[in-house]
Amino acid sequence: MAEDDEDRADALFHALADRTRRDIMRRVLAGEHSVSALAAGYDMSFAAVQKHVAVLERAGLLTKRRNGREQLASGDVAAVRSVGSMLTELEQVWRGRIARIDELIAEEPS
Amino acid sequence: MPVTDVTHDMDALTLTIVADFAAPPERIWQVYADPRQLERVWGPPTYPATVVDHDLRPGGRMTYYMTSPEGEKFAGYWEIATVDEPAGFTFDDGFAHLDFTPNTEMPVSRNEFRFAARDGGTRATYVSTYATADALQQVLDMGVVEGASSAINQIDALVS
Repeated sequence: MAEDDEDRADALFHALADRTRRDIMRRVLAGEHSVSALAAGYDMSFAAVQKHVAVLERAGLLTKRRNGREQLASGDVAAVRSVGSMLTELEQVWRGRIARIDELIAEEPS
Repeated sequence: MPVTDVTHDMDALTLTIVADFAAPPERIWQVYADPRQLERVWGPPTYPATVVDHDLRPGGRMTYYMTSPEGEKFAGYWEIATVDEPAGFTFDDGFAHLDFTPNTEMPVSRNEFRFAARDGGTRATYVSTYATADALQQVLDMGVVEGASSAINQIDALVS
């Protein structure tokens, strides 16, 4: 398997393993926000929020563009889905096992 | 489908699945206590499982391999931690070499299976945890999950 994929998975999970960053993601998935507008919503410094945005950007979860003096951030829906999809794949394996248990116990009187 | 609830915890890298079965916990326990029954449910029809060693006791070891449609074998092992018959057990599930020595380059998942009596049936709770996102990705990249989707489709076809 590609090293790149693993690094990417690490970056994704690390990025989302923080409450503030998940909250930022919820906002930027709903629509483009300026970083300063985002910062106003949290009880922390602009620099701290900027750092969170940078982590999300590096993980490929969010993209930024400049508009004059503003930095505008928007979420990448496809990237967010890929994190959930890893657990969903695993879920399918378990659903298969559970369906087979159900079938097995139905075969014979218990 | 007996699955009643699924929780993905992205922080804890944990998958929790709750299922209701129409048989008491003692019957569900048998599925795990009998290697012939266990191998029928563990692997998908396209990757059938063969259980080799089977010791469902604290400190006990289970070994199995799954065979791909091309005949390639993938081995795994369980290391049983705690056993509370028929209410559940906990174990580590890892990959093994074909002689069943643990493949330490591959991730290990921690698993907790609980079976509670409920309305004459069983409420089963399966909790599976990976140490890192890397580990989870690695498991999915392995052939283990291949065929899982087709297995589910087969079951759906069977019951519909």
